[in-house]
Amino acid sequence: MNWCSLPGYWIGFEVLERYGCRLADGFLITLQLVGWSFCLGLLFSLPLALMRLKAPLPVRALLVGYMTVFRGTPLLVQLFLVYYGLGSLRPFWQEMNLWWFFRDPLYCCLFAFTLNTAAYQAEIMRGALQAVPRGLSEAGRALGLSKGVILFRIELPQALMIALRPLGNELIIMVKASALGSLVTLYDLMGATKFAFARSFDLAIYLVAAVVYLALVEAIRRLWAVGERYLTRHLVARA
Amino acid sequence: MADWVALLSFGPDGWGLALLQGAWITLSVAVVTLPFGLALGLAVALAFRSSSPFWRTAATLYTTVFRGLPELLTLYIIYFGIQLLVEHLIKLAGLQSQFSISPFLAGVVALGLVLAAFSAEVWLGAFNALHKGQVEGASALGLGRFQTFRHIVWPQLLRAALPGLGNNWMVLLKETSLVSVITLQDTMFIATRANVVTKEPFLFFGAAACIYLFFSVVSSIGLWALERRSARGFAPVGRQA
Repeated sequence: MNWCSLPGYWIGFEVLERYGCRLADGFLITLQLVGWSFCLGLLFSLPLALMRLKAPLPVRALLVGYMTVFRGTPLLVQLFLVYYGLGSLRPFWQEMNLWWFFRDPLYCCLFAFTLNTAAYQAEIMRGALQAVPRGLSEAGRALGLSKGVILFRIELPQALMIALRPLGNELIIMVKASALGSLVTLYDLMGATKFAFARSFDLAIYLVAAVVYLALVEAIRRLWAVGERYLTRHLVARA
Repeated sequence: MADWVALLSFGPDGWGLALLQGAWITLSVAVVTLPFGLALGLAVALAFRSSSPFWRTAATLYTTVFRGLPELLTLYIIYFGIQLLVEHLIKLAGLQSQFSISPFLAGVVALGLVLAAFSAEVWLGAFNALHKGQVEGASALGLGRFQTFRHIVWPQLLRAALPGLGNNWMVLLKETSLVSVITLQDTMFIATRANVVTKEPFLFFGAAACIYLFFSVVSSIGLWALERRSARGFAPVGRQA
């Protein structure tokens, strides 16, 4: 017997015993999807936020448009536009040798989720950068520091601290949003659960998935709180 | 291009009317969910502030569960769960009958439960922003509990909660797209069906995106006006640099 069918065996829940391994595989896919899209979004968010604040007007307008569209429409629409829309351009992608990417629901989800979360994270970064008191960069200029030093050694560390909490919330939102992948035939945790339900008609399998999602979200919340305490430890008044 | 115009037209071959009806359903779900979710959220916030540990634990449990579950999962559990529960009850009562819950009702209940969990946090923050002296002053004036809430707490609570609740509304608008998976014929459902029939995904999902974007932009303008109105009588806080 595989390890992943053991929990179902222990609690005597036959459906979970039979589909436990599918659920475990789905859980791994959920983790990968969320991990990759969140990290890629984080990577893009900083340059996007900086350009949104400091680039020339046409670039800024373009970014405002991107952020408004991706934050103003449901992720489900964006996912369908990628999966059904871009996925319908098969000859074009085959010519570009990119068909392997848009054929796979996992990559489609990754693509849509990254675009979406990058827009939200860029907005978080923009807010955080704007919340850094202006006096800090002025003091840097008065000391004759270069623009790069002011940005990377003074403004960014402050801004990242402000952004930490909303970024944690965004990660949790991504975990929950990843369940949408099941609607484009991805067998993530939600997809595997739907599969098990369609075979067994046992609603309890949804409750199992609920417990797993709750545990994941709670674990992230706690870990994030620990990380936040560590990174802001110099701000805590000593007793 | 001409094909696209024809496909979006209101004629017999166009999907224009269907999309508009879908947009109407999207709006109805959101508008019906809002008062239900906000009222329940206020109740949860009051439970948080209750002196009884039972209510506080219940409120914590409630918000942890409904903030942590994917909305899609909540929707499935409510939709299938209520159906099974009622069928079970019917069987227990010894009756022979089929029951199916309306997708609209299931959608409103599921989205309302989630909205309540998120808005409870907003209400709670607004309660914390309320100065204690306000309630004390009211009781010094001899106002009863209900009068204090109605005339002193509520107006200030609403003003403090408005930005957060506005945020909740924007999230809710987008989340309504999920009800399409339980066969409610909202914008997303119509767009999906139109795509199946016509094989024009960019056109129809693009149109759906425009509909949601329209609702979002109109809402944010409305919320901006509402916030300004609710802040009248307050001196503007400094000029933006």
